[in-house]
Amino acid sequence: MATVETRNIRKSFGSVQAVNGVDLSTKEGEFLVLLGSSGCGKTTLLRMIAGLEKPTSGEVLIAGEVVNEMPPRARKIAMVFQSYALYPHMTVFKNIAFPLKAQRMGTEAIRQKVEWAAGLFGIELLLHRKPRQLSGGERQRVALARAVVREPAVFLLDEPLSNLDAKLRASARDELQQFQRRIGTTTIYVTHDQVEAMGLGDRIAVMQHGKVRQIGTPMEVYDEPADTFVAAFLGSPPMNLMEGKDCLVGFRPEHFLPKEAFPMTGAAPVPFRVTRLEYLGADRLLYGVLERPFPEQKVIARLPSTVSIPIQPGERYEFVVQEKDLRFFDRDAGHRTEARPLVAQFA
Amino acid sequence: MGPLARLKYWAADRAHFAIVLAFSIFSAFPFYWMIITTFKRNSDLINRDNNPFIFNEPPTLEHLRVLFHDTLYGIWLWNTAFVGVLVVGITLILAVPAGYALARLSGRWGEHLGIGIFLTYLVPPTLLFIPLSKVVVGLGLQDSLWSLVLVYPSFTVPFSTWLLMGFFKAIPRDLEEAAMIDGYSRLGAFAKIVMPISIAGILTVVIFSFTLVMQEFVYALTFISPVKQYTVSVGVPTFLVHGDVYFWGSLMAGCFIASVPIAIVYNFFVDRFIAGFTVGAVK
Repeated sequence: MATVETRNIRKSFGSVQAVNGVDLSTKEGEFLVLLGSSGCGKTTLLRMIAGLEKPTSGEVLIAGEVVNEMPPRARKIAMVFQSYALYPHMTVFKNIAFPLKAQRMGTEAIRQKVEWAAGLFGIELLLHRKPRQLSGGERQRVALARAVVREPAVFLLDEPLSNLDAKLRASARDELQQFQRRIGTTTIYVTHDQVEAMGLGDRIAVMQHGKVRQIGTPMEVYDEPADTFVAAFLGSPPMNLMEGKDCLVGFRPEHFLPKEAFPMTGAAPVPFRVTRLEYLGADRLLYGVLERPFPEQKVIARLPSTVSIPIQPGERYEFVVQEKDLRFFDRDAGHRTEARPLVAQFA
Repeated sequence: MGPLARLKYWAADRAHFAIVLAFSIFSAFPFYWMIITTFKRNSDLINRDNNPFIFNEPPTLEHLRVLFHDTLYGIWLWNTAFVGVLVVGITLILAVPAGYALARLSGRWGEHLGIGIFLTYLVPPTLLFIPLSKVVVGLGLQDSLWSLVLVYPSFTVPFSTWLLMGFFKAIPRDLEEAAMIDGYSRLGAFAKIVMPISIAGILTVVIFSFTLVMQEFVYALTFISPVKQYTVSVGVPTFLVHGDVYFWGSLMAGCFIASVPIAIVYNFFVDRFIAGFTVGAVK
């Protein structure tokens, strides 16, 4: 087991800055998720840690040692690619045995290790098959078994679930987490899927334009976003942001509820004209605009099915947000600022 | 299925069969013609009243006797094979790394360089043999098979490089990178992963280069005078066409014997090629 650290790491492709000064450090055995939309530099960052890309500047440390000049094979890492990258001309057994062969391990030892790894993922019966004879889920397990088999110090996973269908993805997510907890290997996981990131990560590093905008536990990045990007990126639908007098005021759709849902609160009512309603089973999404004294701005409310107050599109309702659920951001820079009274912002 | 749909299906099926049949006949006919001419008596061959597609008189081995006893055909075959094997070897040694480097060279450079290399293949030997003859004489290789070993890669390497570049480009980079993470150097990943997957491309290069060597005429004619150093492509037309007298039976026998091994290897390779066994590598 080991930790991974990057120090002011940068990578540019021509004039494009893919990774722009990232400082990151995992804890021992941690599951760290790099989250961001495509093109944010998360995969490039992972590839630099793996040694597949050379940083333009900065350092990568694995287990406290600078590995910039080490080839990928010397870094004691294992990587699962988005495409799985199974060797098409080899059977599953040979695919899993491949890293062990590179270590010149004996035939009998290889057989035992391969069977152990295959057992971890329940693919013992597939060992004689070729990758093309496997389903997507099976291929993913083979790729994981190949990564595990030589007991690496660090796991690097590049969107390993994105090629699975939605149902399989949920169960694979569960298995992946259980497995990581069991073997306790430090893991860096790249994804653009916030549900995956929230569900799997011990910590999440939210990336944009080659920079880490915030790093924290799922709860921290969701509840205490460091800036408007993180606030709008996480959550579906994202945080509502209103322009106040000297700051931006944000609140999550699920905290924006009819006044009747909070009989005890002293919070000021917010007039809300509903224009459209989406019934999603567990929730109702209400699209609408705020009315005076608030700026006439589109916001979204998310009502859990436990709030059964009838709502009609076209009608005006009184909604509230509790003070503790309001987040304030700097209007220009977008970063978090101190809390202030809501009413003063829209007087 | 309604009767109309069934008729349509039947017609499509027949049309498919007819097309395949037509192409099969088209491809097989030269072989049939070579075989039947090889064993026909001259009197049968030149009588215009005979049906040319069948034996009208009993077959004969006379043309084969002429080919093997009155000419040095056996030696020419050996010479051709000797040059062919060496040229194929040289081509692989140069074109495999070159094709791989071009395939993985990032940016527009790789593509432009690849096209540039391919263009050199289009310069015809009828232009090149004059400057190349100076090179051959300068090295003292005239009248030696080694002159051909030297010159032939000038057209096999560019085409093979270009061909292999396409094959290597089709291999996902992920596979090599996975191998590099799994404990191999780039060279090791190339040998263990890229080469076995591109076997169809490498076989294509082998067959293609060998065929080019077998059919090359201009260089072989200009650089080599001694009969013993001839290749099949020069020896057969030189010795079996006397003025306007064509030894048709022996000519066809010479061509048939030289083309059969290539045809067999080619058929073997076509199967490998169609198998498309990179399916399932990624996704």
